[in-house]
Amino acid sequence: MSIVTKLGSVKDNKEVSKTMQSGSTCQLTGECRAPDRNTVTAGLYLELEEFINGLSQKEGHLVTVLHKAQGLFGYLPREVQQFVADQMELSLAKVYGVVSFYTFFTMVPKGKHPISVCMGTACFVKGANKLVETLKESLAVNVGEVTVDGKFSIDVLRCIGACALAPVMTIGSKVYANVTPDQIKKILEEY
Amino acid sequence: MDVKKQLRIATRNCGFIDPENIEDYFGVRGYEALANALTTGSPSAVVEEMKKSGLRGRGGGGFPTGQKWAFAAANQADQKYVVCNADEGDPGAFMDRAVLEGDPHSIVEAMAICGYAIGATLGVVYIRAEYPLAIKRLQQAINDARDFGLLGQDILGSGFDFDVELKYGAGAFVCGEETALIKSMEGNRGEPYTKPPFPVSSGYWKKPTVVNNVETFANIPAILIKGADWFSTIGTEKSKGTKVFALAGKIKNVGLIEVPMGTTLGEVIFDIGGGCPNGKAFKAVQTGGPSGGALTFKDIDVPIDYDSLIAKGSMMGSGGMIVMDEDTCMVDFAKFFLDFTMDETCGKCTPCRIGSKRLFEILEKITLGKGTEADIDKLRMLSNTIKDTALCGLGQTMPNPILSTMDTFMDEYRSHVIDKKCPACVCAKLMEIIILEEKCVGCTLCARICPVNCISGKIKETHHIDREV
Ligand SMILES: Cc1cc2nc3c(=O)[nH]c(=O)nc-3n(C[C@H](O)[C@H](O)[C@H](O)COP(=O)(O)O)c2cc1C
Ligand code: SF4
Ligand code: FES
Repeated sequence: MSIVTKLGSVKDNKEVSKTMQSGSTCQLTGECRAPDRNTVTAGLYLELEEFINGLSQKEGHLVTVLHKAQGLFGYLPREVQQFVADQMELSLAKVYGVVSFYTFFTMVPKGKHPISVCMGTACFVKGANKLVETLKESLAVNVGEVTVDGKFSIDVLRCIGACALAPVMTIGSKVYANVTPDQIKKILEEY
Repeated sequence: MDVKKQLRIATRNCGFIDPENIEDYFGVRGYEALANALTTGSPSAVVEEMKKSGLRGRGGGGFPTGQKWAFAAANQADQKYVVCNADEGDPGAFMDRAVLEGDPHSIVEAMAICGYAIGATLGVVYIRAEYPLAIKRLQQAINDARDFGLLGQDILGSGFDFDVELKYGAGAFVCGEETALIKSMEGNRGEPYTKPPFPVSSGYWKKPTVVNNVETFANIPAILIKGADWFSTIGTEKSKGTKVFALAGKIKNVGLIEVPMGTTLGEVIFDIGGGCPNGKAFKAVQTGGPSGGALTFKDIDVPIDYDSLIAKGSMMGSGGMIVMDEDTCMVDFAKFFLDFTMDETCGKCTPCRIGSKRLFEILEKITLGKGTEADIDKLRMLSNTIKDTALCGLGQTMPNPILSTMDTFMDEYRSHVIDKKCPACVCAKLMEIIILEEKCVGCTLCARICPVNCISGKIKETHHIDREV
């Protein structure tokens, strides 16, 4: 799917609210629940611009800038990519190429409390796939999707280096170790 | 845990010093190796000492470090670079994280030593964004070293300038491969390129670059302080020193261990690791992560060193050791790795991009009970082709988990395709549900939850499954 269709469908705020009501949350079909663009303040763009101007050189720092941008905006929609491209004097295609290559970068927003389940080898051997199944069931969304209320999203990642505590999952920056499927309900209630 | 079999060199300070306090590091002879090299040594003397120590790269390849430095030192250029590979992509391994969080100064010091030896003035650590604490501690170590004049201009009055900066990874396994790492550091998609040219002649910004792993660097200050002669007495003839392993999976004592090269797999798994928990039988251990292979009970006396593991169809890798017990299905396990490589292939070359998908599909077919004997042959043929034709190490080693499990667990593959059974009871589609008639008390629970209503029976009477439904 091209970036235009992927991001274009969330560009129009009216359409966003429509998909909100319809309840679909798929990040791949583009029916995503993007936050209201009017609330994305110009201040964030300003901060990003200052960060870019503060770099010793622009060459070779695209990944650095994208990290900063994602830290500020939470995700990297087309407008942000375009802004980065302009500021870094690169083409949008180049920026998109890099954004789509790395799994850390996301072009769609995550839930308020993003859940990531480790599916590295150690966690896999200790039954991490059962956690994913339980989460999918309890939240009624698939991996890569956001819940209808925008509260949670589920992702899988590959090893956070806490393998001795496998299986591991994170919610925001909090790490849960040795998680069993029957603990999931209680953990989710914390939020 | 049996501590006697362990010997800590790379992790010598982890857990013993406050990693956020540079004076703690001074207390364990920190920065002494750098100071000695700068004041009384010469770049060539450092390179010679490294060659003599016999240290080989701990990132997986096992290339002699001294030789790598010598190549970079010999290449003339206006600018050279030292790169520390802290991308630790092998899922299930956390040695580098432990060193970066527990002893960040040893990395900073070793990079400066390397810079002095090869004539570089800038070091870059390429670190995973998934390791926020390691990033914080490393940054603090760099700042503190600058404050003490151990980084920056004219270090210790020697006229040698060196500084270290951080670049973050963004979650791509292939970026651990050194050419992809360099591409990524330059702000691009992390796609490998063909070697030669090797990074030592044309690397970061096309300048001579030494890329070394975190653990490799962590060994260096210790080697220079205690001497190459001391270091080369440890380990085996061709693999000197120690290796850090991350024991994880179905093993009692999970965690990091450091053992002299040549220690046997059995000593690591049973004497140190304590074997599998809950009385389960040990089945196999995966070394080398997605690039390695599974070793079984018959390999338990294999000494751990680079060459012995390769001879057994696995590899040293970066040090992840995933232990599996009898409940692990090896076909499912191979499928897990292929799922991983299929996700992580950069897509630059066809054998890897398309081959990984095809291999995964065949494995999926087998675990769903739809495989045939021809699929097993196809799997082997395709694996060998990919091994021979892929561009970078990721693709070339991707079939290893399949080939090695096929070598030792062929009977499991056969059970899946011929008898349509999963001996470890993992593959759900190959499970047969039966009611033990003599045990059934007629509680009706099974009949109530059966999604297809195929179970019949009255309360307090034996229930039956109707297989026709
Ligand atoms: C697919 C692939 C992934 C790799 N991942 C890592 C890694 O995560 N960390 C690492 O240090 N080396 C990794 N390597 C090895 C590097 O290419 C390189 O050989 C190593 O960093 C050199 O350092 P050393 O000589 O100190 O081992 C990887 C290689 C391949 C082919
Ligand atoms: S082997 Fe795979 S990862 Fe390596 S260059 Fe080819 S496609 Fe990319
Ligand atoms: S495999 Fe899950 S934290 Fe390492």
